[in-house]
Amino acid sequence: MSIEDEVSVMRRIPLFAHITSQKLKLLAFASERILFEPGQFLFRQGDEGDAAYVVIDGEADVLVETAKGPISVARMERNAIVGEVAILCDVPRTASIKAITQLDTLRITKAQFLELLTEYPELSIEIMKILAQRLARTSLELSDARSRLQALGNASA
Amino acid sequence: MLEPQERGFGRDYSGSFKSSHMNPNLFRYIWQHTRQDQLKIISIILISLPFLFLSLDLPKLIVNGPIQGRNFTTPDATTRFLELKFVLPSWLGGAQLDLFDGFEMGRMGYLVALSMVFLLLVCINGLFKFYINTFKGRLGERMLRRLRYELVDRVLRFPVPHFKKVKPAEVATMVKDEVEPLGGFIGDSFVQPVFLFGQAATAMVFILVQSFWLGLIAASIVLIQAFLIPRLRQRLLVLGKQQQLTARDLAGRVGEVVDGIAEVRTNDATNYERADVANRLARIFFIRYELYQRKFFVKFLNNFLAQLTPFLFFLIGGYFAIRGTLDIGQLVAVIAAYKDLPGPIKELIDWDQQRQDVQIKYGQVCEQFSPAMLRDAALQAPEPGDVARIDREIQVKGLTVTDDTGARVLEPCDLTIAPGEWLAAVGEYNSGAEVTAEAMARLLVPSGGRIRIGDHDLESLPESMTGRRIAYVGPDTYMRNTTLRQSLLLGLMNHPRRANGNGDRHERYVYEAQASGNIELDIADDWIDYARAGVDDSGGLNRRILEILAIVELDDDVFEFGLRSSPDGVAGSQLETKMIEARLALAKKLAASGLSHLVERFDPTRYQSLATIGENLVFGAAIDASFQPERLSTNPLVLDILVQNELDQRLVEVGRKIAATVVELFADLPPDHPFFDRLSFVKPEELPAYKTMLGRIGNRPTEGIEAADKAMLLALALGYNEPRHRLNQLDDDITRRIVEARRSMIDRIGATNAKAVAIYEPEGYNVGSSLESNILFGRVALGIADAPARIRRAMRETLADLGLRDLVLETGLEFQAGPGGKRLTQAQRQKISLARALLKRPDFLIVNRGLSSLGARTQRTIIAAIRESARTQGAGSHFAVFWVLASPVLVDQFDRVAVFHEGHITATGAPAAVLSENDHLQRLVA
Repeated sequence: MSIEDEVSVMRRIPLFAHITSQKLKLLAFASERILFEPGQFLFRQGDEGDAAYVVIDGEADVLVETAKGPISVARMERNAIVGEVAILCDVPRTASIKAITQLDTLRITKAQFLELLTEYPELSIEIMKILAQRLARTSLELSDARSRLQALGNASA
Repeated sequence: MLEPQERGFGRDYSGSFKSSHMNPNLFRYIWQHTRQDQLKIISIILISLPFLFLSLDLPKLIVNGPIQGRNFTTPDATTRFLELKFVLPSWLGGAQLDLFDGFEMGRMGYLVALSMVFLLLVCINGLFKFYINTFKGRLGERMLRRLRYELVDRVLRFPVPHFKKVKPAEVATMVKDEVEPLGGFIGDSFVQPVFLFGQAATAMVFILVQSFWLGLIAASIVLIQAFLIPRLRQRLLVLGKQQQLTARDLAGRVGEVVDGIAEVRTNDATNYERADVANRLARIFFIRYELYQRKFFVKFLNNFLAQLTPFLFFLIGGYFAIRGTLDIGQLVAVIAAYKDLPGPIKELIDWDQQRQDVQIKYGQVCEQFSPAMLRDAALQAPEPGDVARIDREIQVKGLTVTDDTGARVLEPCDLTIAPGEWLAAVGEYNSGAEVTAEAMARLLVPSGGRIRIGDHDLESLPESMTGRRIAYVGPDTYMRNTTLRQSLLLGLMNHPRRANGNGDRHERYVYEAQASGNIELDIADDWIDYARAGVDDSGGLNRRILEILAIVELDDDVFEFGLRSSPDGVAGSQLETKMIEARLALAKKLAASGLSHLVERFDPTRYQSLATIGENLVFGAAIDASFQPERLSTNPLVLDILVQNELDQRLVEVGRKIAATVVELFADLPPDHPFFDRLSFVKPEELPAYKTMLGRIGNRPTEGIEAADKAMLLALALGYNEPRHRLNQLDDDITRRIVEARRSMIDRIGATNAKAVAIYEPEGYNVGSSLESNILFGRVALGIADAPARIRRAMRETLADLGLRDLVLETGLEFQAGPGGKRLTQAQRQKISLARALLKRPDFLIVNRGLSSLGARTQRTIIAAIRESARTQGAGSHFAVFWVLASPVLVDQFDRVAVFHEGHITATGAPAAVLSENDHLQRLVA
């Protein structure tokens, strides 16, 4: 696949909607296309975060380790970005990502990603939106879980 | 094969080195070792003197006799040649003794005869000189060899604490450079003055015989010279000494800069170092400049005085000749003889100066190599036999240690270690445990108390016993630049075990070693003591080494070294066939597990998409530097082949597109932008040059581009790798041409310089590549997650399946450790040191924070593995251990614990008991 093909793939990703063609080309040139087989991990919870991945094609599971083994908390599809949290706030990976199908990704290193964010405020806003949506969903799930816990507690009392 | 005894192994070599002080008087030192040779050479010189005198006398005979015609007053007069008769002085009766009547000769015949005698004398004198000079040279070289050997011998016997005060580079420069002039002088030390004095005296006597007054003049000028010149040279000696010291300092300083380069760089201290070196060089310069000034002044004066004499000869001798009181033949002979006088005199004066100079140098070196408490040479005497085992307890009684500032670091302490007992020592750093370990290893001299092994004092035992039966592993392991294998074998190299081949060479070697007082043990012999390692032969030793590598958990590292190394001499070896076998097996394995797509194998008939264009052209591993990837664009053969295959224009075009894309993409980015990371073939600082070049070229057709620009573009194209750079530059036509060009490339390289490139051949071992590359024989695909790791796993499994792990490990043992072991990590060096200790099967193992670079978990498994191995090796292989632990959590691995605190032993006992009772130890654990 040539740079041109890659740029046209990336152009379809909403996250990169505001980035100029030339910049996209540069990003495509500077970043790595990586193919994961089903069952392979992009990274594991607790690893050092060195890159984010844009899912170009395929599906992946977001897994969180618990005392009872890993549980799936979300599913990532085409055009999603994963792994950005660890590089934005310098914490170890908060979850594991496992390919369900064959997964085609674009690997953007930490330095490249941060450079893009400072250069394109629109991209920052996009990322913020994604993070905010995730937060909203997580809060919703949390309150849901709490109320269910409470109900369980009441029932056993 | 000779038996060791026949070769004189085990002979006491140390004869002359028993004394602990070097003779500070150079002359006595030389005389002591070369008396016989000196006497021999002096007698030869004495024998040569009459011939020299004759050759001086002959010109007079020739001039006065046949040339001027004395005794030939008539044309047919004859004289006697070789007439030998002695006339006793009249007070002895005046009898005449005729020995030989000689030959009757005419004037012409006499001239020829005398000239022939002259020629003969020239030859005889020349041969004498030749013999004497060679003899002196050999004498000097032997003494130099002796002296250097003795200096190194002393270094080996220095008390260990003394090494804290010496700079390695200074010692090296003393052994190598400072004694060098001594070698030149030693040959001349006795001979030269005798020889020169003889020469000068001969000339002097001759002149005196010819003319008493002229002789007197010559003698008085010589006396003036002899008096004046040495006084003028006093200052030269002082300067010479200063020069020696400053030069030695410089060597030491340069050594420090090299060793401490990290500190210098990280502190921006390079300019301070530069200034320091410049300052030292300035000192040396001024010393040397003054030396030159004085030297040449002395030379001037000397020459002047030497020329004053002939001036007087001409004036005064001429006067006498005119007056008729001196015949012209005599005057000519005097002047001719004088020619031989200033030379020897000057050289005598030079000799005297050199004598003082080398005496000073020698004295200086002696002083440096005579520290107090030099270890007795007898304790290091070679021991060809087996040494007794340590099967008694080791007792430490009232041991105290003070450091070089005088502070007590160990208060009187007592400790007993039973045979086979494992004792752990715990405490903070500098708690006293470390110095106890060092004292037991004889690395420091206790200030009080003693260490006893059975009935013997440790200090009185020969090193052949302690060095073989006690093993020491310290925290810093210095490794020399040898292979890992040689490093491991150091503990088995105590004495030559088997003679190695060439007996003639050996005889000569031993003869010369004796002549120079060197040790006679031949490094070329086989020194490996298999019995010490508990094995029978080299095969057994290899197995044992691999076992030990596994025990100290170094096997995986060595395996990696082996895989990544490109060993020499593989051709025809077992390794070659096995690696090809592994290559096929790996391909099968990958195919079987559906991983074939992860590797693109080298195929001579196809374009290698994962390689650059250049790598596709030169289809092999570069051995000659001119075939390295970055130099291909200037390699004449490559250029020629590109033209032949009509690729040159095409590739320049490819280069042009790459340049255009790169400039377009990157031109506006600052040079430190992270995107540059992936741009492998253009450096950020080169971008402007490409930009200007593209502007210069414009839309010009390829043929119109300047040669220099073409070369730049071609270099870009040759470094282009499609899957990596993804600029869509390759099509079927161009790849087909490249593969064709590759074919002629292979032919041409084979025909001209087959050694320059190791071509990839599917059936053959590639000598330019590592084992790993040989097994893989291809490139790992890009952009597939985890591909390199999966391939690596598969390769290791394949090697294990084929039973080739040991073979790779043995290859890995040939890894060069680098100077000071710098190519290894600290942890690897510590493991090597421990492995070396285990290999020699000691009776007592001392480990002084010897695994401090490893985590507690690894330390625990290694300690457990050592115990287990000692247990399974069976009776007789038990050994006592004194292990100073970096981490007190490991004490449960030991029989007993000694807790050190501020120089005292505060508790000893079983680990569990001590751990529960000792507050201090609990604090350490917590």
